[in-house]
Amino acid sequence: MREITYAAAVGEALREEMARDERVFLIGEDIGPVRDPGEDLWAQYRERRVWQTPISESGFTGLATGAAAAGLRPVVEIMYCDFVTCCMDPICNQAAKITLMSGGEFHVPMVIKTPAGGGTREGGHHSQSLEAWFMHTPGLKVAMPGTAYDAKGLLKAAIRDDGPVIYIQHRLLHPQSQQVPEGEWIVPLGQADVKREGTDLTLVAYSWALTKALQAAEALADETSVEVVDPRTLVPLDVDTIAASAAKTGRLLVVHEAPERGGAGAEIVRRVAERFVPLQAPATVLGAKPVAMPYSPPLEDHVLPQVEDIMAAVRRLVAWKQ
Amino acid sequence: MPDQSEMLRLLTTMLRIRGFEHRLGKYYNYSAYANLGGRRESDRTAALLTSTLYDFASSGMIGGAVHLYVGQEAVATGVCAHLRDDDYVTGSHRGHGHFIAKGGSLRGALAELMGRSGGCSHGYGGSMHLFDPAKGFLGGNGIIGAQIPLALGPAFAAKYRGEDGVSVAFFGDGGANQGTLYEAMNIAALWKLPVLFVCENNLYAATTPQRISSPLPDLAPRAEGFGMPGAIVDGQDVLAVYEVAGEAVRRARSGDGPTFIEAKTYRFHGHCGAESDHAFPDECAEWRQRDPIELLKAKLEPADVARVEAQVGEELDEAEAFAVSSPLPEANEVERFAF
Ligand SMILES: Cc1ncc(C[n+]2csc(CCOP(=O)(O)OP(=O)(O)O)c2C)c(N)n1
Repeated sequence: MREITYAAAVGEALREEMARDERVFLIGEDIGPVRDPGEDLWAQYRERRVWQTPISESGFTGLATGAAAAGLRPVVEIMYCDFVTCCMDPICNQAAKITLMSGGEFHVPMVIKTPAGGGTREGGHHSQSLEAWFMHTPGLKVAMPGTAYDAKGLLKAAIRDDGPVIYIQHRLLHPQSQQVPEGEWIVPLGQADVKREGTDLTLVAYSWALTKALQAAEALADETSVEVVDPRTLVPLDVDTIAASAAKTGRLLVVHEAPERGGAGAEIVRRVAERFVPLQAPATVLGAKPVAMPYSPPLEDHVLPQVEDIMAAVRRLVAWKQ
Repeated sequence: MPDQSEMLRLLTTMLRIRGFEHRLGKYYNYSAYANLGGRRESDRTAALLTSTLYDFASSGMIGGAVHLYVGQEAVATGVCAHLRDDDYVTGSHRGHGHFIAKGGSLRGALAELMGRSGGCSHGYGGSMHLFDPAKGFLGGNGIIGAQIPLALGPAFAAKYRGEDGVSVAFFGDGGANQGTLYEAMNIAALWKLPVLFVCENNLYAATTPQRISSPLPDLAPRAEGFGMPGAIVDGQDVLAVYEVAGEAVRRARSGDGPTFIEAKTYRFHGHCGAESDHAFPDECAEWRQRDPIELLKAKLEPADVARVEAQVGEELDEAEAFAVSSPLPEANEVERFAF
């Protein structure tokens, strides 16, 4: 075993996949010497396989979509998830639909890789959690790794997948480190992971909210036994693992940083409800308030669910009386 | 050629911008970004992407990403000198200069960067999102290129109402590569909207040099394709900018439509923070020889310059006192925007 950061894990996955498959190339803004997405990739591959673009997200994402259809395997770096708003057409109208519209004649093996999330005091245009937009668009897979191990394993799976995958990294996770094995591993898309065993309540959380959920579970350990489940990918969603856990504990709380309305939590609760899992308290979603992200610290902290908010929600559900 | 008092007005604006950004250093750890230089790649990537770098806790009273305008003051100053309060400007992520040149208050901007209630956006916006309706400032923008078509709106509204208002979009050479610019130029030229497209070509987009992001060094000729006048101007010379912008504003006000202005300029500091991250330090030193403020000062009486400097210093002291004593917003106040 050895320790690596989440950011380094992402870099490792890229480096290994580029070495393994000559069709994989990287494209995006400022991915040269300063913002190298993996150690030495720029130095090693800039002649042909790392493309530092003009600020033209729609243009280069469209290019990548077409290149993928023509047999390459692009990894598109969007500097902040907020900027995918500038390339929603190539992603949602084109990449997501080409396979179906061509009756399966074309495939788009592309990864859109982008850092996202709030809590960094950057205001309305650099703090969003937009995963629900992609979940809502048939034809896209959505990966949201919450640990270094999953970051590497999921990125490798995403690069090898034959369809477009949106791979979202939370910025606050980047410096987090973890013990991982040597060598390579794959985390298949569509497999949830029980990050902590428990008996009283199932807490589903992904990305940075996973870190907060684990802290809340730990802080509550003397009172309540919380099971923490990380879906790791939102599309495909491993409903089996989540529903089995909810059936075992009898309570379900989903936490994420994206706004609650129309979000991943709503979808997870729906899918569990359709299994008719008997619960002893209402299935609940705790997400961000329905506002754009404000800049000032007290405002931003209030908008995002904090560890204390998660603890309060857990206590409320565990104490619930019919 | 502007007269003496107009030249002093231009100097005042440039000193306000420069002085404002210099004061930020007291409250913002803006060397953090540039200091990433020597570290391991993965650590640098991590630090760049996490933005914990920009936290209030580590950097004093200002957080978020702060992009300095130092070196480019002549551009916003020369252009906005021709605008009235009812004309509009949309700025970029590097927007302090655009805001101040359009008449936005120093206290409002400083309090905003500190996340205070007294900020021009009440603590909601931060450095990239300064707003001021009374001064016709429709925001800096964190989305590169988004401000360009936005500027068409007030121009359209003025024309719609039969008024002679104009509007200006400021953007960088990097922003000039967004498709938004070309859609906006086409519509503006087609409908003769009273707009100025002001491209501040400072040779870099974050860390990407312009020579690898556009096939030709000059961007102004792109306007030709839309039948729109395109002018190249020395962005270090406020009088040259003043001249070219004056002509473009007159054209716009009189119904002759848009103009594209490319100002050749340079940011003296790093992309996001104060210490330079330029790949070519010699190049930076060379541009600093042509500091827009020094160039203008050389044309003025030293006594007048000293008077303006003292006056701007006082304004900044006042702004600082205001900002630090303005309270942080109450957390649950944000609920008023919830729906
Ligand atoms: C749509 C979008 N893409 C990328 C970014 C990230 N970004 C912020 S500033 C910047 C460089 C902008 O360069 P330029 O337009 O030349 O302006 P300058 O910084 O030189 O003033 C980039 C790429 C962004 N904010 N928005």
